[in-house]
Amino acid sequence: MTPRASRFLAWLLPWPAVSALVLAVWLLLNQSISPGQIFLGLLLALTAPRLLTTLDAPPLRIRRPWALVRLLGNVLPDIFISNYKVTRAILFSGPEREAGHVLVPLGIRSPWSLAMLACILTATPGTAWISFNPQTGLLLMHVLDLKDADELAGAITRRYEKWLQQVFE
Amino acid sequence: MIAIKTLPDWAALLTAFLVLAGAALTMIGAIGLVRFRSFYERVHAPTLGATLGIGGVLLASMVYFSVSETRPVVHEILIALFVTVTTPVTMLMLTQATLYRDRAEGRAPKITDAPPLPADVITPAPVAGAGAPSDQTERLAGQNSLKTGAPGAVSDPY
Amino acid sequence: MSMTILTWSLMAAQFMLAIAMVCACLRMFRGPRAQDRVLAMDSLYLNGMGLMLVFGIVSGSTLYFEAALVIALLGFVSTVALAKFLMRGEAIE
Repeated sequence: MTPRASRFLAWLLPWPAVSALVLAVWLLLNQSISPGQIFLGLLLALTAPRLLTTLDAPPLRIRRPWALVRLLGNVLPDIFISNYKVTRAILFSGPEREAGHVLVPLGIRSPWSLAMLACILTATPGTAWISFNPQTGLLLMHVLDLKDADELAGAITRRYEKWLQQVFE
Repeated sequence: MIAIKTLPDWAALLTAFLVLAGAALTMIGAIGLVRFRSFYERVHAPTLGATLGIGGVLLASMVYFSVSETRPVVHEILIALFVTVTTPVTMLMLTQATLYRDRAEGRAPKITDAPPLPADVITPAPVAGAGAPSDQTERLAGQNSLKTGAPGAVSDPY
Repeated sequence: MSMTILTWSLMAAQFMLAIAMVCACLRMFRGPRAQDRVLAMDSLYLNGMGLMLVFGIVSGSTLYFEAALVIALLGFVSTVALAKFLMRGEAIE
């Protein structure tokens, strides 16, 4: 592709992934793939992401889509396991279970991977993201069962951070 | 009132299972909302409903309508997408507001300081690094350590 | 036979979701603090959305889907607004 063409493409689609998402959401919402709806969806996909440029968000570049698949392969089983654990904690909670705040050091810094990690940690019941300090690189989170906390830091690094780093950084 | 269309056996049973599982998980989450003692614990309870609870009901709806209308009905994905994206935002804002209020009232949860981290952990990962990131994760895995806060300090005094 | 199972499990699901909403209401009235009530309200919205989806299956109409989507939107916006209100307008890093 000539530099001129690629510059035109970058001007036309400042956020290719967001444009694709807008088009997909429009077609799903209308439940049709008729040419008219595709035309309206394309119109939206070309104009709506332009609003994002005023937000000054860092560019979204997915480096290795395959790592994203591996990441999801790690997250889905974890959601089931933690759902089971929290169900047990709710229904048969004994006095021995202790909840508490933990500080976990993180190695990732890209806003996209941090946002993704926040989604993952919130989607797995039993862990709640509270705040991340970019100066110290420490994440403050609340865990329902402190017995799991020891494995947690290692699990976050091995199962999520490693793949997030490959996808976004 | 009930206008359930007749489905093949497998679809009916699958819908029944998914809808029951989703509703049961949502109910257990709501029970947790009542049973847990402190706010920080209660944050975890509705997450059950927000992940697999809603997920089960949405999947059931997808299976039911796809089979009964003999065309793929997948617009439930929209709700799943929306819930997955918005739940972290609301939970994060709520817990941060709680932490702020607790600190303002002088009953902040006690969190002991983490140990000083090695320099290579603190430095931001190279943005356009070639092979460096994976190296760094390997080292990170060995060095991860964490401190736990005093668990009793956060429970509601009420 | 399988349709009977489906009918009854849909009934049971509606019942369980209603119980979930009652639990959320209980926490909303008991509090004790404002953030507990906001959390309970968020959960109430979510359970109501699930109930709408089950209604949709029971009545065989996809119209309930739009209602569920609107409930999800309203729940998100109101919870964020209330959480922001609890912060008293001050941002925390």
